[in-house]
Amino acid sequence: MSSREHFEAVLAESPYAQLLGVQIHEDAGGVYFALPFQPHNIGNDQLPALHGGVIGGFLETAALLHLLWLRESEELPRTVDFSVDYLRSGKAETLYARCSVTKQGKRVANVLMTAWQDDPARPVAVARAHFLLSAR
Amino acid sequence: MSLPLPVTSPEVFDRVASWLCAIPHAATIGIKFMQGERGRVTMMLPWQEKLVGNRKRGVLHGGVITSLVDTSSALSIFSLLDAPEAVATLDLRIDYLRPATPGKPVYCTAECYRLSSEIAFTRATAYQDDSNQPVAYSVGTFMRGSSHAAIGKAEGGPATGAGNGGAA
Repeated sequence: MSSREHFEAVLAESPYAQLLGVQIHEDAGGVYFALPFQPHNIGNDQLPALHGGVIGGFLETAALLHLLWLRESEELPRTVDFSVDYLRSGKAETLYARCSVTKQGKRVANVLMTAWQDDPARPVAVARAHFLLSAR
Repeated sequence: MSLPLPVTSPEVFDRVASWLCAIPHAATIGIKFMQGERGRVTMMLPWQEKLVGNRKRGVLHGGVITSLVDTSSALSIFSLLDAPEAVATLDLRIDYLRPATPGKPVYCTAECYRLSSEIAFTRATAYQDDSNQPVAYSVGTFMRGSSHAAIGKAEGGPATGAGNGGAA
């Protein structure tokens, strides 16, 4: 199975990621994620702005998929903790995310996530999380 | 432990509570208001297949908990306010203590334990049948007065969530 097929298979098993509309892409910089705008992801219909929970859920999904991409394993890591800083309003446009693994041990990984829209240097949110990779 | 008091302004609180549940994403995942008192609110999220993170495990995705915690934490601030204003989530940290049991609703009780002129500090617990066996624990901070549009304004519908779309 190619990595793309593998991702699609993982996504197909995640109703919530499908509800949000999470997409996976690859370029020279590695894997990145996109969340095309959908009206049901709105958290404030007057601005309009993406829901903070959508931004958080997207980043958490991105980190999980990123770990799968690195590890090429089928087993989904489990989130231990997740901390997100909201820096700017998420506009009614596609939101992108990239992740980096700060530390990957045998049992726990630490992942940083950044979400942006038109300019990666102007992030909408940043987050960090710990994931449990395998249960004892 | 502090004994309950009514919300500071029922008018502001009720309007924000119904608005927070009606905004598109909250309505999509089905967040419901349960109860409120001064400084403390409880909301609930019925279990739904479409909110599952991984079909094999059948457990709610963390992002759903994030939305529930964000919304409940924001609402707890409004239980203390006597006039409408905008708030925006600055940060939210969530510890996932145990997986949510499939098929059962998740409740979230949030408290605003410190309201300064600029910042609101919140904490929240998500649980199912047993509040002593929480699913998740969270702390958050929110910026007050973050936009011209205020949540809970009478006409035009309550607005904002400002900085991030997150208060909402």
